[in-house]
Amino acid sequence: MIFNIPYIAVAVLILLGLYALIFKRNLIKMVIGITLIESGVNLFLITLGYRKESIAPIYTSSPGGVMAFPVPQALTLTSIVIGVAVIALMLSLVMHIYRHYGTLDVRKVRRLKE
Amino acid sequence: MNVPDYTIALVVAIPLLGAFLTPLVGRINDKLRNIFVILVLTLNAFLVFLLASDVLTTGIKTYVFGAQDISYPIVRILFEVDAMSIFMAIISSILVTVAVIYSWSFMKENTGLDKYYTLILLLTAGMLGMVLTGDMFNFFVFLEITSIASCALIAFWTHKGESVEAGFKYIVISAMGALFVLFAIALLYGQYNALNIALLSSVIQYTFLDKIALVLLIVALAMKAGIVPMHMWLPDSYGSAPSSISIILVSATLASLYGVFRVIFTLYGNVLSKIANFGIPVNVLIGWLIVALAVISILIGVFMALIQSDFKRLIAYGAVAELGYMFLGIGTGIVALGTAYGKTALDGGIFHVINDALDVGLLFLVAGAIYYATKETSLDKLGGLARNMKYTTVFFIIGFLAVAGMPPLNGFASKLLIYESTFQLNPILAIVAILCSILLLAVFVKVFYSAFMGPQLPKFKDVKEVPKSMLFSMGIIACIIVIFGLFPEFIINNLVEPAANALIGYSEYISQVVVGGI
Repeated sequence: MIFNIPYIAVAVLILLGLYALIFKRNLIKMVIGITLIESGVNLFLITLGYRKESIAPIYTSSPGGVMAFPVPQALTLTSIVIGVAVIALMLSLVMHIYRHYGTLDVRKVRRLKE
Repeated sequence: MNVPDYTIALVVAIPLLGAFLTPLVGRINDKLRNIFVILVLTLNAFLVFLLASDVLTTGIKTYVFGAQDISYPIVRILFEVDAMSIFMAIISSILVTVAVIYSWSFMKENTGLDKYYTLILLLTAGMLGMVLTGDMFNFFVFLEITSIASCALIAFWTHKGESVEAGFKYIVISAMGALFVLFAIALLYGQYNALNIALLSSVIQYTFLDKIALVLLIVALAMKAGIVPMHMWLPDSYGSAPSSISIILVSATLASLYGVFRVIFTLYGNVLSKIANFGIPVNVLIGWLIVALAVISILIGVFMALIQSDFKRLIAYGAVAELGYMFLGIGTGIVALGTAYGKTALDGGIFHVINDALDVGLLFLVAGAIYYATKETSLDKLGGLARNMKYTTVFFIIGFLAVAGMPPLNGFASKLLIYESTFQLNPILAIVAILCSILLLAVFVKVFYSAFMGPQLPKFKDVKEVPKSMLFSMGIIACIIVIFGLFPEFIINNLVEPAANALIGYSEYISQVVVGGI
């Protein structure tokens, strides 16, 4: 059970993120929702590569023993870098929206009608 | 014609390199920069065509980044190009090249064009990477490159609130979609310790986790492809972006559509014929789901197009309906996997992908030309433009007849294949498809009358025909549409049929890597 805690955390983070994305009306909070989902997915990748009592996968001067699997960590790094770019772009768009509409409430940012 | 394997890497690398050189060239001279971008994209399109002729004659080509030895499957990224990939790559190259030529005059009065062209080249690299890669994680990276670049381009006119709003909507949708894709990739990776599509597909078991991954992948990619009920971002983004960007967005959404095809036909190709719950095979289950979504897309797309008063939003809803036709063809192909009419449906669906890209693209370019000449997109305020804009009118007529599927243009050729095959699955589907096609014609005839016909409005008396670069790019697409319409057999035999065979014959895609040891 104790080893399942990271997976439970993943589920909680992703669900919280989805909740924020769907029910929150502030644009900044929606961006936070996206970051939460992203952390959940990254945590999931990292957890997949972890082995019990393993050390960091650095081959030079390694003390021996089980190493964590390095590939998910490489994937996570890539995903974090992409995430930063997405968040930066989103926040800059939020800034522009605030300039045009004078509000961050999604109910009022509705010039595009059906 | 044989080309070396590294052409595959060059096709992605050249736009990427060009993207980072563009601001430097732009420092020297604006004209030089435009010529540079057009040259880069033309060269790239040329390479794509060379690659296409090779792939279509000799079969699947691969290129390995990283470890050449198969015993390290993780530290290598494999690009695997089959007929379907190259088919999508051809669409992207044509549309992007045309859009850049169009931008020369269309975007002339804007500032910040260095960034505009840089983003277009990045978007090209992303789209080509998405369709050429054979690795799931790599696919995710290119998906993100595509969505970041296209979001920035949708919001390029930051002085308009609508553009920024549409851009925000798009980035939220695509960031969430891409994270779902990554989650699904992690699910597959955790079970099979592989990221390569071919390797994964050779070992996939259709466990409970695989089902979750399948649902996540299809939902996220179909959302990015803009199928109803996940279409709400599509009219906003297509309608608010500059017209030269709308046409590139068409091909970016089609790259996501390719992702759906790849996931269903190749990644899950082995399990499609398995028996799922209630004794129904998996392919029938997925196929009917896609057919249902397709019919809803067609209906909603057409009916929403009927009530639009904004030119570009109307075309965007038309594009939703056209996406529905593609999904209808593909869905019928999946339900009737292995039968003759299933094959016809698949051919029709795939042929419709390129036809839709060209037809809807041409209409967006016409809408952009009208905006350029009159600074107006509302249909209520336009009128009598045919007197001053003769060529644009001709291009519009070609475009809307092709979208509505009138013979002898290309839309007819692919829609006929879809009608005749869906009729054998269920006649109601074919009836809905034909009726909606007629309604689409009615919608565009209405547009034609309100924008081009009627008395000359006093405020549009001095409207001039658009500059030559815009006419030239519209002309290229119109020519391709007419040629495709006159010789559909040639295109189907040489381009569409191999692509459909590549989708069905997934075992070849797998054996190239697993048995061939590449």
